[in-house]
Amino acid sequence: MLKTFSLGGVHPAENKLSAGQKIEVLPVPEQVSVPIAQHIGAPSEPLVKKGDTVKVGQLIAKSAGFVSANIHSPVSGIVQKIDDVLDASGYKRKAIIIKTEGDEWDESIDRSPALNKTIVASPEEIVKKVGAAGIVGLGGATFPAHVKLSVPPGKKCDVLILNGVECEPYLTSDHQLMMEKGEEIMVGTQILMKGLGVDRAIIGIENNKKDAIEHLTNLAKDYSGIEIQPLKVQYPQGGEKQLIDACIGRQIPSGKLPIEVGAVVQNVGTTFAVYEAVQKNKPLFERVVTVTGKSVSKPSNFLTRVGTPISTLIEAAGGLPEGTGKVIGGGPMMGKALSSIEVPVTKGSSGVLVVPEAESKRSEVQNCIRCSKCVSACPMGLSPYLLMTLSNKAMWDRAEEGKIMDCIECGSCSFTCPSSRPLLDYIRFGKGKVGQIIRGRNK
Amino acid sequence: MNTLTVSPSPHVHGGDSVKKNMYGVVIALLPALAASLYYFGIGALVVTLTSVVSCVLFEWLIQKYLLRVPTTVSDGSAILTGLLLAFNMPTYLPIWIIIIGSLVAIGIGKMSFGGLGNNPFNPALVGRVFLLISFPVQMTLWPKPFESRFSYFNLTPDILDATTGATPLAAMKEGIANGETVSQIMDKLPSFNEMFFGLMGGSAGEVAAGMLLIGLVYLLLKKIITWHIPVSVIGSIFIFTGILHVVDPLVYASPVFHILTGGVMLGAIFMATDYVSSPMSNKGMILYGVGIGVITVLIRVFGSYPEGVSFAILIMNGFVPLIDRYIKPKRFGESVKPLKA
Ligand code: SF4
Ligand code: SF4
Repeated sequence: MLKTFSLGGVHPAENKLSAGQKIEVLPVPEQVSVPIAQHIGAPSEPLVKKGDTVKVGQLIAKSAGFVSANIHSPVSGIVQKIDDVLDASGYKRKAIIIKTEGDEWDESIDRSPALNKTIVASPEEIVKKVGAAGIVGLGGATFPAHVKLSVPPGKKCDVLILNGVECEPYLTSDHQLMMEKGEEIMVGTQILMKGLGVDRAIIGIENNKKDAIEHLTNLAKDYSGIEIQPLKVQYPQGGEKQLIDACIGRQIPSGKLPIEVGAVVQNVGTTFAVYEAVQKNKPLFERVVTVTGKSVSKPSNFLTRVGTPISTLIEAAGGLPEGTGKVIGGGPMMGKALSSIEVPVTKGSSGVLVVPEAESKRSEVQNCIRCSKCVSACPMGLSPYLLMTLSNKAMWDRAEEGKIMDCIECGSCSFTCPSSRPLLDYIRFGKGKVGQIIRGRNK
Repeated sequence: MNTLTVSPSPHVHGGDSVKKNMYGVVIALLPALAASLYYFGIGALVVTLTSVVSCVLFEWLIQKYLLRVPTTVSDGSAILTGLLLAFNMPTYLPIWIIIIGSLVAIGIGKMSFGGLGNNPFNPALVGRVFLLISFPVQMTLWPKPFESRFSYFNLTPDILDATTGATPLAAMKEGIANGETVSQIMDKLPSFNEMFFGLMGGSAGEVAAGMLLIGLVYLLLKKIITWHIPVSVIGSIFIFTGILHVVDPLVYASPVFHILTGGVMLGAIFMATDYVSSPMSNKGMILYGVGIGVITVLIRVFGSYPEGVSFAILIMNGFVPLIDRYIKPKRFGESVKPLKA
């Protein structure tokens, strides 16, 4: 029996249409708009102004606190303006707009494709370099990577877990990266292990990516302390809590972080970025993005610069199909529906999913028939039907008691409900309210 | 460009629906229905048709003319209630009584609480127990399989006498009361084998344990229900009556007898598992199931009725809000394993 997490879970149709599509490097766009809030934490502080000339990889906005991240220019050219632009969140937020001229990279970046296996950086240097390169969780969570590498005093980390699960349907960017950049991911893993001071790393990969499991298992033979853990296909295995439970059977207590059980989790894409940052001195300004959907003529995996409009990616995948009803930034379970396809790619963009009109509407909501399927599906062991009712009735005490704050917003409950009830919509709202109440109380 | 739909995640749905579940249960009832028609013939047909048609009709009429809400008869739940009610009735029951039962099941059991999803008690059982109390004679007139096949409209006293008899549970209760031993009574009853296939008196759909078990397998495979309720009901009845049987085999019948007779299979698989009136957590389901099992045995062995499954389920239905309030599903990270050194 393959390992998986212990509670709940669902199995949405995988639809990995772009699986096996080689990573294609997109041309440098004519103009980019680089949001200064691409990560969890404080928005970065712009260091450039209108009219400045910048190179690829040049620092253009600096981290504004411990939980924040540097941002580097994805193109060379001239800063047009710093303006509010619509981003994937659906809000207008500050972004640096750069008009491209040529493709001149910062001299310090090593652009040779040669694999560099020797890790000379010390653990402290690793953490510093990862921070300087502006690396954030590329799986979509966008939590600054160097913060996770700085184990708080009094805590101990004994294992690094790499997330190669890619449990969201449709998405294949991590899969393809593991196939094409396996060696780099191995070295990246060793770098992270050195940075954390652990001698054990586990790469969790779902069993629907047998080629990646085989490929990395072969590569891992040459690297000490790296295990590949095949996992049963089950959503939301890519959730940090679920992944740790699946790989090493430790459950993070309510409200705590992975370090509580001695683990640190990084995504495989993040690990590749760490390799580039530490070994090649290359900051994070480009990433692999899957562009897919049943109506898309050429589902693809693109290597694209941050700040590129999503519309450019869709164009490269064959154009926006007739009768498109929805475009999602990310996967279908946790992604965000975009209000415009002109929003830019950010560090957290793992995919773009184009959904036809017919599939973009929800079914009619019916009464709860108390089938308990949402309860069985919840990976956190919550009672979604009850949390929805409590949120609807504004019974915040009982919602808190029902552990509404433990909800990871995976959507398994809404996905499962035979009455098509919008469980997560209500729970998200309730979470916001209860969160406010808790923060108010702790003041 | 057309405007894009912006809605919160998740953007996909698993495709499950109320209809799929309701009709799924209806399909699971088909083997037992086939057995019922085969054993009880015309009577089974009349009871089933009357019950299903009147349940659907009452739901439609009440929603359309009384409540003036959109009708939901197409979701299959009224058909299901009708079928389950029919399964719980003896097949010589007059049509007018069946219609009253359907009216009580749908009107009081379901609609008066606000329709599907809001009824605290299993509607079919509400109908059945109402009839049992109001029409005790007609509701305990048990046609025999095969012998009763061609009778329904031609029930003369002679035919009635020849084609009806006591259920094994009633025979057991009476025999014990008359001082007979269990084995003496068992000699006069069908064998366990015959009971498994349903060759005994009883309600239209409850007799064929084997057929009901096929339905259970289907329900589990289709993930319409989980094992928790059926297993805990049947298991607790088996264990409880098993203990009694070991203590005194002369007055307490064997556990196999208890789970094969009466409404245990029908109740455990189809009545107690009614979504709306059963608990939401696995632990809660087991507690509820054991409760039903224990109450059933208490009524059967120590009470005045020979059978107690329906009452037991209704009583435990009443405890469901309490069970759901205090028994929570197992939470993630609740039992933290200590770190390996
Ligand atoms: S969205 Fe929240 S409540 Fe719903 S299944 Fe996921 S964790 Fe549970
Ligand atoms: S899955 Fe839907 S219908 Fe079933 S209990 Fe949950 S909310 Fe109610």
